[in-house]
Amino acid sequence: MSDSQVVVHGAAEGAHHEHLPYQRHHFETYAQQSDATNFAMWLFLLTEVMFFGGLFTAYLIFRNWYYPAFVEASHQLDIRWGTANTAVLIISSFTMAMGVWCAEMKKQAGLVLCLVLTFILGLGFLGIKTIEYSEKIEKHHVPGFHYSIQSFVNPSSDPEVHAKNPEDKPLAYDMARHTEIYFFLYFAMTGMHALHMIIGIVLLGFMIIRARAGAYTTGHVTYVENFGLYWHFVDIIWIYLFPLLYLISRH
Amino acid sequence: MSHISPVLWQFLVKWLTNFSLYPPQASTIAPQMDALYFFMVLVSLIGLTIVILIVTAFSIMYRQKKHPIPVQIEGSTMLEATWTIIPLGLFLIMFVWGALIYFRVYTPPANAMNIYVVGKQWMWKAEHPGGQHEINSLHIPTGRAVQLTIISQDVFHSFSIPAFRVKREAIPGRYTTVWFEATTPGTYHLFCTQYCGTDHSHMIGDVVVLTPDDYKRWLAGSTSGASLAQNGERLFASLSCAACHNTRPDARGPSLANVYGSKLTLASGQSQLADEAFIRDAILNPSQHITQGYAPIMPTYQGQISEDGVIALVEYIKQLNSDYRIQQTTNTTTLLPESEGGKATPAGQKPAGQGMVKQ
Amino acid sequence: MSTATIVSLPDQSTARIPRMNFMTKENGLLSWLLTGDHKRIAMLYLVSITFFFFIGGALAGLIRLELLTPQSDLMATDTYNKVFSMHGIIMIFFFLVPSVPATIGNFLIPIMVGAKDLALPKINLLSWYLYMAAGMLGLYAMATGGVDTGWTFTTPLSTHYLNTNVVTTGLAIFIAGFSSIFTGLNFIVTIHKMRCPGMTWFRLPLFVWSNYAASILMVLGTPVLAITLVLVVLERVAGIGVFDPTKGGDPLLFQHLFWFYSHPAVYIMILPGMGVISETVSTFSRKRVFGYTAVAFSSVAIAVFGFFVWAHHMFIMGISNYSMLVFSLLTMLVAVPSAIKIFNWAFTLYKGSITFETPMLYSFGFMGLFTIGGLTGVFLASSGTDIHLTETYFIVAHFHFVMVGGMLMAFLAGVHFWWPKMTGRMYPEKISQLAALITFIGFNFTFFPQFILGTLGMPRRYATYPPEFQVLNVFSTAGATILGVGYLLPILYLTWSLKYGEIAGDNPWQATGLEWQIQSPPLTENFPAIPIMDHEAYDYEWLEGQKEKVASV
Repeated sequence: MSDSQVVVHGAAEGAHHEHLPYQRHHFETYAQQSDATNFAMWLFLLTEVMFFGGLFTAYLIFRNWYYPAFVEASHQLDIRWGTANTAVLIISSFTMAMGVWCAEMKKQAGLVLCLVLTFILGLGFLGIKTIEYSEKIEKHHVPGFHYSIQSFVNPSSDPEVHAKNPEDKPLAYDMARHTEIYFFLYFAMTGMHALHMIIGIVLLGFMIIRARAGAYTTGHVTYVENFGLYWHFVDIIWIYLFPLLYLISRH
Repeated sequence: MSHISPVLWQFLVKWLTNFSLYPPQASTIAPQMDALYFFMVLVSLIGLTIVILIVTAFSIMYRQKKHPIPVQIEGSTMLEATWTIIPLGLFLIMFVWGALIYFRVYTPPANAMNIYVVGKQWMWKAEHPGGQHEINSLHIPTGRAVQLTIISQDVFHSFSIPAFRVKREAIPGRYTTVWFEATTPGTYHLFCTQYCGTDHSHMIGDVVVLTPDDYKRWLAGSTSGASLAQNGERLFASLSCAACHNTRPDARGPSLANVYGSKLTLASGQSQLADEAFIRDAILNPSQHITQGYAPIMPTYQGQISEDGVIALVEYIKQLNSDYRIQQTTNTTTLLPESEGGKATPAGQKPAGQGMVKQ
Repeated sequence: MSTATIVSLPDQSTARIPRMNFMTKENGLLSWLLTGDHKRIAMLYLVSITFFFFIGGALAGLIRLELLTPQSDLMATDTYNKVFSMHGIIMIFFFLVPSVPATIGNFLIPIMVGAKDLALPKINLLSWYLYMAAGMLGLYAMATGGVDTGWTFTTPLSTHYLNTNVVTTGLAIFIAGFSSIFTGLNFIVTIHKMRCPGMTWFRLPLFVWSNYAASILMVLGTPVLAITLVLVVLERVAGIGVFDPTKGGDPLLFQHLFWFYSHPAVYIMILPGMGVISETVSTFSRKRVFGYTAVAFSSVAIAVFGFFVWAHHMFIMGISNYSMLVFSLLTMLVAVPSAIKIFNWAFTLYKGSITFETPMLYSFGFMGLFTIGGLTGVFLASSGTDIHLTETYFIVAHFHFVMVGGMLMAFLAGVHFWWPKMTGRMYPEKISQLAALITFIGFNFTFFPQFILGTLGMPRRYATYPPEFQVLNVFSTAGATILGVGYLLPILYLTWSLKYGEIAGDNPWQATGLEWQIQSPPLTENFPAIPIMDHEAYDYEWLEGQKEKVASV
């Protein structure tokens, strides 16, 4: 961590220093301000890591205990949607990064375009998630709400999934019950992730409006940069969730 | 003395005769634990005295009136080292000593007699192998190692006998164990010490320690009929366990003769000791405890059997020492309490179950 | 120059409250409710925390009243269960966790590092609003039926077997957690990025070091509490099965997740208090803290080690013997830095020039009572004795010694010490010394008998108890009455001092530290110009030099 900023005008009494209009009064220089807010964002993301960490811990333990249930339950997820979502998010991270570059280069039109693209891709992600969730709801795979283990005790009752995974054997009743734990983790982890996506998309909406008004292309890129960090973080969480939830038994 | 009011006098008498700083030492581990405890009290008193002395002495010697000019001192590596190493050393002694006692309390000897304890809101049920059932009390003999296998039926409870210095959590879904050997006949407190709802403070009882003779008398006098194993046998039959766990060569399940205490190889290749916890888990979560060479077809009995029932089954399986014994179970469906060892009654092929499914 | 007492100073007789200060800068309710000024936010917190403290204290009074008699005769056991649960929840989450950081920390940390405000003033204000929202929600839960989970809301009791306001309270604590995270985040960023020129890490006052360590814990530990609460609410509302053994879940998972936060939480609570003690002991000995570096590193060591000891709350819950060894050993290690600090403070007195104003009295109380509390923690860290002592009143006594005898005394020391700086006025010395004494006596009477009760086996959270425990319980309640008086007095005289207290001047204690070089109360921007730090912390020789300069003008 860098030491305190060297401030040229130090204890000079009465000297009213020039500062940029978007520099807050309690900072001595704009550089200090953007450094501090950037650091604050990284720290906040660290708290988010700890927040998700509890769910990852639970996942590790239960996957270890109930591996067969996790494998078969994960076959209920459509890997094509999962891959699509992963691609969508990675591209949106790219457009976001381009947006940050545009802000730094003071290209307003480019910035707005990139933000809009990111926004659309974010919505796309949520759309695909909605499709996936509604499939689960139809099949009664939502823990606590008439959860059904039919598809696991009798795989042939679920022809779609069975066709894709013919080697899946019927699970014993007690192991089949543990698929509910898998689905609870699925919904909790992707749900928490989706919540963060929604928050990000709402903030993106605000940012698009502000960007069109030219707020981020005057040299004050902090907001865009820090939001970019947040967006990349949400992306990275998904990059962990995808293999853990979708790719359990695929080599 | 006549000037003291009667109320105050009563209070003083009551207090002075009942006053104690620690509970009676009624088990073999109690004096050992108390030794460590008093060592810690001693170290704490010395440490506290040192701190108080230093602070008081310096406050007096260097109060502003006496010592108006302070002397700026950075520190002293020697002193830092001293008051780091000495406390650390003392704490490490307490760590090792405490760990030894902990291992002792939670490692039952091989010859311990086992009593099951089931905690539920808001009572303790103790189940002796001979079939004696107690609620909120526990009768045990002196001079004998007693192991408690504890489980909860609902929420976390904690089984505590202060006079023995033992305590163990009662957890829903798994067995926990603790053991002790009582030394002094008497009646001692039994508490639930893990908050468990409305009547947590009423979940208390008595541990009655008897001499071995008195204990034998108590056992004989309070048997409720069938022993745990006998009840287990009944359940084994009524739940149709014998449909798969019989002695036929083409049996779908492994024979359970002598399975308790043996090392099993599971379907996953792992080797596991078949103790009480394993047997319970195998009944409730069979698909993870399939013995190698058998198909994973055993249904789970989760929800169909209470913890008491599981305990009875575990006890039955524990004393299955031969295929013949299993054969008897298959042939005989009801057992008279008097018949020890259970002779087969060829003429009496009674229908299974008699409506008894859950204990 | 007068040298009679530390308070009577060259400028005392001519001291006035400066007309322009952070309190008078703007007027009106909105200027307070929408402020970004860390000092105003600190004042807002001070008022709200005091409010919650007295609610928690009233609940404590009810507990002690019930425990006067062995029977459950004052209230139904269900009610008693609610009373102790809410006492714990309010005292921990709404008083102890924010106490020093959100009030004294918020006020002083920017000044101590030489900055004009915290790095993120809006987040600071948000933090207070989150705290208030959480508090109101918690009070609502209390008023509409209460919650009786215990502050530890153990599953499956809290998820499957209780029909009280578990979800509402869980949500309240969740929100309060974010308030805490934002405070800690703000402190870390400020300390890293906004130190004035010349303010190296090792020139920072130890109060800053302690709050920095506590902030690390807040930022990294509290999110785990947040996710645990989410899981408890989901389990309760939807029955997902994560903690339910019949569905394959694990009730011990809850214990691990819960204690992973709640152990660091106790260090979040105590470290800022230790920071206060560093300041008061050095000021009233007029000496640099003995072993500055050791104390600074000990604070960080406590924070780091504090993350790795959580399962010492689970020794009897069926963890493996090997887990026990690891956690017991680490707990012994985390006890050592606290011992180091106590000895360093004691040796700060050596060859000092000591006076016994109220903050110093509270600090002495802290040192004695925290030593007892900390040592009894070692009784519990040793797994063998923990078997007998855990879940009894020994635990209750242990944590009240460190939290009330330690932390609360430190909080009061800090409030009195910086009262002149925050308000421009002195508190009345004699009555405050009396209050400190009453508090000390009341505290010992209340909580020392509880160690004995615990050793005798009396379980905690019991509404009724065997009659032989009554005498000690009566002692305890008698002490609590005295303690209550000790806590009421400061409210009265501190409020009185706002109007009638002596004017304090800039530096009534003649202490070092940037906060004492500016006016009392400070300007909104703290410093007319950012200072340059050219001397070490606790540099009393520099201060003497300054006084000579002033005197010669």
